[in-house]
Amino acid sequence: MSHTIQPAILLLEDGNIFYGQAFGKIGTTTGEICFNTGMTGYQEVFTDPSYTGQIIIMNNVHIGNYGIKESDVESETIKIRGLIGRNLEEQYSRILAKGSLQEYLIENNIVAIEGIDTRALVAHIRTKGAMNCIISSEIVEVEKLQQELAKCPNMDGLDLASEVSTKEEYLLGDESAKLKVAVLDFGVKKNILNCLVERGIYVKVHPANTPLSRLKEFNPDGYFISNGPGDPAALPYAIETIKGILDENKPLFGICLGHQLLALANDIPTFKMHHGHRGLNHPVKNIISGKSEITTQNHGFGVDPEAVRNHPNVEVTHVNLNDESIEGIRLKNKPAFSVQYHPEATPGPHDSRYLFDNFVALMHKN
Amino acid sequence: MPKDNSIQSVLIIGSGPIIIGQACEFDYSGSQAARSLREEGIEVILINSNPATIMTDPMMADKVYLLPLTVESIEQILDENTIDAVLPTMGGQTALNLCKEADELGVWKKYNVRLIGVDVAAIDTAEDRDKFRQLMAKIGVKVAPSHVANSFLEGKEFAQQIGFPLVIRPSFTLGGTGGSFVHNKEELDSALERGLKASPIHEVLVEKAVLGWKEYELELLRDQNDNVVIICTVENVDPMGVHTGDSITVAPAMTLSDTAFQNMRNQAILMMRSLGNFAGGCNVQFALNPENEDIISVEINPRVSRSSALASKATGYPIAKVAAKLAIGYALDELKNQITQTTSAYFEPALDYVIVKMPRWNFDKFKGANDTLGLQMKSVGEVMAIGRSFTEAIQKACQSLENEAVGLGYYGKSLMKSDEIVEYIKIPKWDRIFRIKDALMQGVTVKTIAQATGIDRWFLYQIQIICTIEKHLAEYTLANLPIDLLKEAKKHGFSDEQIARITHGNYTEDDVYEKRKALGITRVYKMVDTCSAEFEAKTPYFYSTFEN
Repeated sequence: MSHTIQPAILLLEDGNIFYGQAFGKIGTTTGEICFNTGMTGYQEVFTDPSYTGQIIIMNNVHIGNYGIKESDVESETIKIRGLIGRNLEEQYSRILAKGSLQEYLIENNIVAIEGIDTRALVAHIRTKGAMNCIISSEIVEVEKLQQELAKCPNMDGLDLASEVSTKEEYLLGDESAKLKVAVLDFGVKKNILNCLVERGIYVKVHPANTPLSRLKEFNPDGYFISNGPGDPAALPYAIETIKGILDENKPLFGICLGHQLLALANDIPTFKMHHGHRGLNHPVKNIISGKSEITTQNHGFGVDPEAVRNHPNVEVTHVNLNDESIEGIRLKNKPAFSVQYHPEATPGPHDSRYLFDNFVALMHKN
Repeated sequence: MPKDNSIQSVLIIGSGPIIIGQACEFDYSGSQAARSLREEGIEVILINSNPATIMTDPMMADKVYLLPLTVESIEQILDENTIDAVLPTMGGQTALNLCKEADELGVWKKYNVRLIGVDVAAIDTAEDRDKFRQLMAKIGVKVAPSHVANSFLEGKEFAQQIGFPLVIRPSFTLGGTGGSFVHNKEELDSALERGLKASPIHEVLVEKAVLGWKEYELELLRDQNDNVVIICTVENVDPMGVHTGDSITVAPAMTLSDTAFQNMRNQAILMMRSLGNFAGGCNVQFALNPENEDIISVEINPRVSRSSALASKATGYPIAKVAAKLAIGYALDELKNQITQTTSAYFEPALDYVIVKMPRWNFDKFKGANDTLGLQMKSVGEVMAIGRSFTEAIQKACQSLENEAVGLGYYGKSLMKSDEIVEYIKIPKWDRIFRIKDALMQGVTVKTIAQATGIDRWFLYQIQIICTIEKHLAEYTLANLPIDLLKEAKKHGFSDEQIARITHGNYTEDDVYEKRKALGITRVYKMVDTCSAEFEAKTPYFYSTFEN
């Protein structure tokens, strides 16, 4: 409960209005509305670069309870554009925490709204699909809000990855390590890099638009194509680079956006999903091993299932048990594979960490 | 792996009489299991000595035996019927003990009956403190330092090694019978004697007490392919030291970061996988040190337990029903979510509400009973409330206790001064939560109460919100009550009667109801759908709440 109660408004692109109370920064923000069903790990979600450009509804009804801890981040700043909650908490109890959610949002200039009937809102998005929205704790006229909302670009066709990609190359891990991986960064989550470094890999992270020639200068044993925000089809430069990497015949591992880019590099189209998958409880079956895993997901685009299944050189390795969407692929003629979900899973279950081990094994084999 | 078609008929063992620590929860799981198996075309034969149960209704099973839960009864049933398998995990420890006894006497073998959904060795390991401790050490899961003692002298020696405070836990007893905390040397002798006497094998565990650590419970399901999911995480408001059955508990966990939770999840899965080979439900308890978030495992129950029933209702996920299907060979990833009917049963429920379970004690009827809460469960029932916030849920729970509480507060209102209350709440008793609210009303700080009780500050901040609203309400009459305040009060679970009593003037519950109806402040209904509204639900259940 906010003690300085100031009204705030949430307006959806389809004209629906929700009234609540201001939280975080007093101001106005726009973005694509989406929801996350996870019950833990809000700080990791807010700092995940894949959420760039999005305003997120947290379905869990209390957010902020355990405050903010410096190490629980997936990047250095908050990446979501706005936050919608039922109860956003100023008071927290975690002894290891450094501050409150309220302070954190204000420091990062994030506008939030609470007191919203998030369940009704989520059901609406589930039915009507993803759309843009505006939150404001300063504008009260609906007409003015509509004007501001109209300026917000559509996610379809948007290159957001180059915004959050590193501007400078950087190195991680032990220089004398046996394996070297070149990372193509479209908004890579911190824990993906940790998962590589932990496995004794020397990592070099490159900006999104780095050409293959530059990646090769690192003389890597494998290539990693990262997660990231926005429309994968809006990144033709990256698709070209990946085609080049595949010609190298070196191990390649892609996650989320990286998975979609690997598909595009094999002429498999991607599409904008109705309202995406975002949460920590998505069931995926590994059809190679027969085992199932509970996965963390965050994606609004998917790869075309028909095109994957009809492709002569691409094999489906993982499927979603809820909607049978494609969760993982590998190439039959190249040491390349990718998954739509997040095996690094911060936040979320650690069931799928084995994929990093598989990547390491593939590099050793090569 | 699909259904095992060699199983045509199954014997389900019920839990017998209702006693403290083993109540109608097992009737719920037994009934669910019977229905689940019959759905698969399997003949269900049921034995229970307690006729006052749903599971013994003639339509629940193909054949119901109202017989004493003894091996003789089992043999009689096996003589009269062709039974392929026995499912003993639905009737609590009573059913398991009977199943084990029959196993030791070779009854199952003699009649060629398979045990399904259970691993007898796993039960032994879980129940035997020493075996449990050794297994945990082997798989690298931390437990509280402890020693198993088989004699009084041994017990004393170990107590000196470990240091106070200690817990004495007798082996093979139900609901913590005979166990106690020992804070100093003076209490040790009688506690040891009591514990050894309570254990059927004259054995106790002398264990370091982690008083004040936070307590959590995870409900798991596993199938034959070793797929494991966490159905529910329950957080105890009362810290370690109060029996889970006597604790106010909350789902989902409210004060757990993802880092701490995933650590718990990983260890729970590791524990379940290391403990035998069975398909079905399992419950794991952890204690967490709030200072550094280290965790230790407290216990594991490789069966459907008392808390599975709560977890089922809390999430909408029918644990016993699915556990019965897993026992006959199905894998989780080939079953459907029973609520959505379109998505997979292999998933982890997401909640968009708060569940509060509150125990109901009846010390009035047990004159002279010690009302201090501890290792042995003393509550005779419980209520479960659902709200869109913790405050709403806990107030609803208080209103449902069927005593004079019309919300948090207004129950046996204490006349104690604040320093007396702070002393009083140091010892967990049935009315502690009400006294905490009194203390907060009197201006005692959250910090002081947290220190006195070990209760996580977040819960106390939430109760403080209730106090703030109550104080605001008390400034008005119903006539001049601001609409926003009335709305806020309803959202935080204040009942109409509670509002009538708090505001000035002689108003009744009906007056408040009429007023808010006129203002359009009315209930909305929300679903318990397992998935936080992500998917459409076909067979959800509903709760009422207030939204903007």
